[in-house]
Amino acid sequence: MNIAAPRAHLAQRGKLELIDCDIHPRLRAIDDLKPYMSQRWWDYLQTYGSRKRHGFAKGHPYPKSQPSDGARRDAWPPSGGPPGSDLGFMQQQHLDFYGVDVGVMNPLWVGSSDQNQDLSTALASAHNDWQIDLWADKDARLRPSIVVPYEDAAASVAEIHKRAADKRFCQVFLLSRTAEALGRKRYWPIYEAAVEHGLPVGIHVFGYSGWPISNTGWPSFYIEEMAEHATACSAMITSMIMEGLFEQFPTLKIVVIEAGFAWLPSLGWRLDRAFDRMRDEFPHLKRKPSEYLREHIYITTQPIEETEKPEHLTDIIDWIGWDRVMFASDYAHWDFDDPLFAVPPQWGDEKRAKIYSRNARSVFRF
Amino acid sequence: MAKHVVAPVGELPPGSRKLVEIGARRIVVFNTGGEFFALSDRCPHEGGSLFHGKVMGLVESSEPGEYRYTRAGEMVKCPWHGWEFDLRTGRSQCDPRLRVRSYATGVVHGCDLAKDVPAAETFPVRVEDDYVVVEA
Repeated sequence: MNIAAPRAHLAQRGKLELIDCDIHPRLRAIDDLKPYMSQRWWDYLQTYGSRKRHGFAKGHPYPKSQPSDGARRDAWPPSGGPPGSDLGFMQQQHLDFYGVDVGVMNPLWVGSSDQNQDLSTALASAHNDWQIDLWADKDARLRPSIVVPYEDAAASVAEIHKRAADKRFCQVFLLSRTAEALGRKRYWPIYEAAVEHGLPVGIHVFGYSGWPISNTGWPSFYIEEMAEHATACSAMITSMIMEGLFEQFPTLKIVVIEAGFAWLPSLGWRLDRAFDRMRDEFPHLKRKPSEYLREHIYITTQPIEETEKPEHLTDIIDWIGWDRVMFASDYAHWDFDDPLFAVPPQWGDEKRAKIYSRNARSVFRF
Repeated sequence: MAKHVVAPVGELPPGSRKLVEIGARRIVVFNTGGEFFALSDRCPHEGGSLFHGKVMGLVESSEPGEYRYTRAGEMVKCPWHGWEFDLRTGRSQCDPRLRVRSYATGVVHGCDLAKDVPAAETFPVRVEDDYVVVEA
């Protein structure tokens, strides 16, 4: 092959620091977890397997348009193994190529919300050890997330307490589809533990709740699953606000990952309008819903909305707040956003610096 | 437009592709059923490498429930966001206003290759072989 080593055209980003809030490290195979599991749970996994909260033993109800759970077709490591499973190749193709200064690891982990909650607990803990041993110990740019078996609040709290002393862990990590709306009190101990350790709670879209993935039932196409995250996360944020979660935990920071964000202003307007008329149902709320939303909700860029008129995108961020939006690439998934294009130079260095790194430094305390 | 020799025909069989660098340009040469097509490697959407894309056919529909699959092997799909481009024209299927730069290709017999046709990579030219050339 007569091709020189590829290089990113970094001139566009100038000298701005880059923090990527959504990188997906992946197991080479389930055996990667074996060293971190007790014999009891390893044998159980081999014998009985895991049970997701949906009707299929393996795979996804909506296959993801590209192989390997929706990976970039150019991200398969030469060493073998699935995209995202080889640190050296991730460094070469992503971290070094784009000059990523810090990368937040969001493992879409095997066994999240497993029907056997104790297995889910064992797998969560194993993934946390794996993030340290195979990733964070080998590349200090990569910061682990505390994955928790979120349907079991007590076990999640124990895992948070176990990990929080290692300051490399930068957030408590959940998936967006849960058995009940995430503002419900059964999940509050998780938020309480996060606040106690000064950690934000990152909520990445997907996972399986046991409910249809759209609120009008099971749709026909993968694109409907993609677009549905906006409505699912609307309902999730609404639940958090109306249940009084942010009154209870005034320092709680929620990072909503990969759900888009153009829908946030309309959610705020709609909630405020209804709230004026039904205020007496929520005596526990002291402020308008949109105020909680804008204070506590942080969002990541990818997949950034591609509006026909560029000013529509900036108008939306004006409403959300330029200090609430953080860059994410979603490496190594197919809907990856290139760091050089997702944040246009026309926004100016001040705003770009906030999105590329400054907001994440503040939220994650890097 | 200068002609550049990119490969002996035998090294680019049907269904294969090759990434070449001509000056500062990265160009992918595809062989679809014996025809050669050359496109810029860079997807005009966000810059994914079309060399890594999947080559497919064209799916069209006149109404829900009816599908036509034609032109097998004549569309390439970007490995990142799945944008499809026509190998013959470079035109985007989802947004026809956009196109990826396409280049004319040809096959030249070794004995006809003028000595001044530059090769994109160095390989010996033998008069009895055919060579794929790209005009770029």
